[in-house]
Amino acid sequence: MTVPAPHAGAAPRVVLAEADIDRALTRIAHEILEANKGASDLVLLGIPRRGYPLAQRLARRIGAVDPSVDPRAITGQLDVTLYRDDLQRNPTRPPRATQLPPTGIDEKVVVLVDDVLYSGRTIRAALDALADLGRPRIVRLAVLVDRGHRELPIRADHVGKNLPTSSAERVRVHLEEIDTAGGRPVNEVVIEGGA
Amino acid sequence: MTGAEPTPGNGYLIRGASPLGGPRQDLLIRDGLIARVGPGAAPDPGTRVIDADGLIALPGMVDLHTHLREPGREDAETVETGSRAAALGGFTAVHAMANSSPVADTAGVVEQVYSLGERAGWVEVRPVGAVTVGLAGERMAELGAMAESRARVRVFSDDGICVSDPVLMRRALEYVKAFDGVIAQHAQEPRLTEGAQMNEGEVSAVLGLTGWPAVAEESIIARDVLLAQHVNSRLHVCHVSTAGSVEILRWAKARGISVTAEVTPHHLLLTDDLVRSYNPVYKVNPPLRTADDVQALREALADGTIDAVGTDHAPHPSEHKECEWAQAAMGMTGLETALSVVQHAMVETGLLDWEGFARVTSTRPAEIGRLAHQGRPLAEGEPANLILVDPAARWTVDPHRMATMGRNSPFAGLQLPGRVSATFYRGHPTVLDGALNTPLTPAAKETAWTG
Amino acid sequence: MKHLLSTHDLALHDALRLLDTAEEMAAVGEREIKKLPALRGRTVVNLFYEDSTRTRISFEAAAKRLSADVINFAAKGSSVSKGESLKDTAQTLEAMSADAVVIRHPASGAPARLAASGWIDAAVLNAGDGTHEHPTQALLDAFTLRRHWAKVAGTGSPGSDLTGMRVLIVGDILHSRVARSNVWLLKTLGAEVTLVGPPTLLPVGVDTWPCTVRYNLDEALADRPDAVMMLRLQAERMNAAFFPSTREYSRRWGFDDARLAALDTLGLGDTVIMHPGPMNRGLEISAAAADSVRSTVLAQVRNGVSVRMAALYLLLAGGTHDHPAAPTVRENPALSPTKEPAV
Repeated sequence: MTVPAPHAGAAPRVVLAEADIDRALTRIAHEILEANKGASDLVLLGIPRRGYPLAQRLARRIGAVDPSVDPRAITGQLDVTLYRDDLQRNPTRPPRATQLPPTGIDEKVVVLVDDVLYSGRTIRAALDALADLGRPRIVRLAVLVDRGHRELPIRADHVGKNLPTSSAERVRVHLEEIDTAGGRPVNEVVIEGGA
Repeated sequence: MTGAEPTPGNGYLIRGASPLGGPRQDLLIRDGLIARVGPGAAPDPGTRVIDADGLIALPGMVDLHTHLREPGREDAETVETGSRAAALGGFTAVHAMANSSPVADTAGVVEQVYSLGERAGWVEVRPVGAVTVGLAGERMAELGAMAESRARVRVFSDDGICVSDPVLMRRALEYVKAFDGVIAQHAQEPRLTEGAQMNEGEVSAVLGLTGWPAVAEESIIARDVLLAQHVNSRLHVCHVSTAGSVEILRWAKARGISVTAEVTPHHLLLTDDLVRSYNPVYKVNPPLRTADDVQALREALADGTIDAVGTDHAPHPSEHKECEWAQAAMGMTGLETALSVVQHAMVETGLLDWEGFARVTSTRPAEIGRLAHQGRPLAEGEPANLILVDPAARWTVDPHRMATMGRNSPFAGLQLPGRVSATFYRGHPTVLDGALNTPLTPAAKETAWTG
Repeated sequence: MKHLLSTHDLALHDALRLLDTAEEMAAVGEREIKKLPALRGRTVVNLFYEDSTRTRISFEAAAKRLSADVINFAAKGSSVSKGESLKDTAQTLEAMSADAVVIRHPASGAPARLAASGWIDAAVLNAGDGTHEHPTQALLDAFTLRRHWAKVAGTGSPGSDLTGMRVLIVGDILHSRVARSNVWLLKTLGAEVTLVGPPTLLPVGVDTWPCTVRYNLDEALADRPDAVMMLRLQAERMNAAFFPSTREYSRRWGFDDARLAALDTLGLGDTVIMHPGPMNRGLEISAAAADSVRSTVLAQVRNGVSVRMAALYLLLAGGTHDHPAAPTVRENPALSPTKEPAV
């Protein structure tokens, strides 16, 4: 997931450039504040790996709107590896860290943040993980891309961009906190493969 | 040896074999003897011709150290199955170790084993008599009675257990002089090897298996050669396994002490590194040692410090090996792999030629065991105990295709050189075309070999 | 990784993966709901041929926190003559669809035998075999050491190793599976290990180990170790002439009050004292040392569950089809050229 690799089929095409991502996140940040009627009790939990930097970016934007908010104090990471329903179908993956903000999540408004919403199984696992960690008042879901093909009754509350895709295609999100291309950090969403 | 056993038909003409790897000759075998050696012999009518093109003729191998398990452990091996394995492996004589049940410590038991061997008819089975009653290491068995029995025992051993009491060892060494016997010592200081599981060294330290120090073998050999010198007796050392033992033997022989020694095929090839698998097929007494020991043993066998190869063929039922290392029985089968392993370790390395091979596998062991009619030259008038070997053959060891009942071969899966094509025991082919033929004795009639 | 049999063959990458995963498992142990669904539907058998309540309940807690089903099988008296053979037991467990067998056995190599025999398809975890290895004990020791080392350095534990850490292991090395597993693992993680004990309780061949060997504990302490691991002296050794008396042993190789004080005198404020338990107080370790703030004994017990959760998770959670890299045990490498002496 580091460097966009040449893929059989169509060449990778950029569907969101850096500026598009910025705009989408700014919009989502405002939507979150609007839905929550302010920043009180907000907790943003990113799902590793790319959900976490997205949660950080959203928190910074929320902090920019409401200076009383310390972005770091409302951001956390929620690993769902140990709750996945496909563990036995894949090689073993080591879990990643789960870090909750100091306030915890009990009675909070938790916004789960992920890069791509696809089958919905990751979010299902996240909801299970959340239940073992505490009892939020409300749980919402924010994603940068919703590419469809849901296998569970799950939908996002905040979507950066709806991307109609074929299931043969792969949606890759690259964020500068994690990804580089040719040594340079990149921020983009690309679609690979497909017919 | 009367040498006049009846042979079917008019004998065998072995055509174009290389005696001891030398120039090709024809060998005519008739009435249990080598009737003629020379090129271009014309067969008489009724003489069966055996094409031995590319085969080496060697004196039949003589094993000083075989466990045939009968009487008592017929689930592991019988004289019948063990001597079939011996014939297939190129042996014409084996010494059956005394640790049967009952122990071969009386004339009655050794005569029983001897008779079983005769009845089987695949090889000459020479019982080894126990040194002490019940192998208990307390008092001497009736060595004289065994020597004078029909089995004419000359080799005495408590093999598996060391005659560790120095006084008892001294007396036994002295006593067997009366009938030109020899004590074959299993050199293992018992206190130094309590609970021992494998060679003590780098590998045992890592594996956490109780070590079996080389000094436990060497200290007994050192003591025994000095005892043999003191009482001017003949000593034979079983399955020498360490470089230090070789040094002591070399020293003793240089001083003219009457000591002989044997080495097993597995100690010429395998090392304790194999124990890292914890597979008990590698568990053996004495234990597999280091590569340095293997090297020293090979050199000692080549230069005569070690006189002979002894297989220490030790079949075990599978349940005694399919278990934890500590609970597994010690021992490996060896009769059907000995020739190939020695060829691989000694001949193909250039340490021995085929003449040397015959010396260590036949001539010297026959001399040590006082078998007058075994280990003889391939010459006219000599007893026809000989084998034909294809040195170019390559085969993969599969214990399930062996005649021995034991499946515990440490060489399983290995590709080895050399194959026994034929074995002649007193002029009779017990093995032909690499497969069992018929035994020598009247028991041939009841054979129903289907392997 | 299909089995966990020893630390001798554990690569740094795998060791760090185990320790890092254990960190996440430790976090679960601190939550209110100490349960994960990761091994739901999996069966873990604790096959114990030796009594060890501590190790068994640690594995049991680990398996249960991961939602595995646990079967405890106490199988003492395992010899062919006395009872069922290891082979038959293994095949019984296979028939019961065990996914993992946690085996404790008095015979060195029994877990390796089980793993390589083909009698059973389950993952095999060595919970202590004879005087060979006790890999999860070493992993929990390394985990404990790593947390301490990271704290001293003021960094985070995950991903870090033990580079530069000086660890003394003191006592009966010869018969200690804990010592063996620790020597290999701590070395792999970059620590400098020194073994200290009476020469009679150091194995022949120890000179080839990747560590230093000393006979004098006071001299070893003067070399400023960062951790001192005291080994339990087994009762059966006390009467086997390895040393003249327990009093002399205790005086020369026990961690007594004077040596505890010496750590302060030497200014070793961060040096910890470890013991795998159960302790012989007053013999290899004084009560004051065992109960001092330097003692990590209880942290070790706590970390044991996390480390065993990590091991079970990493061995069992993935699909069974994902082990192409599992070493196929070649039963018979005898003729390989490297094993053969050059002639």
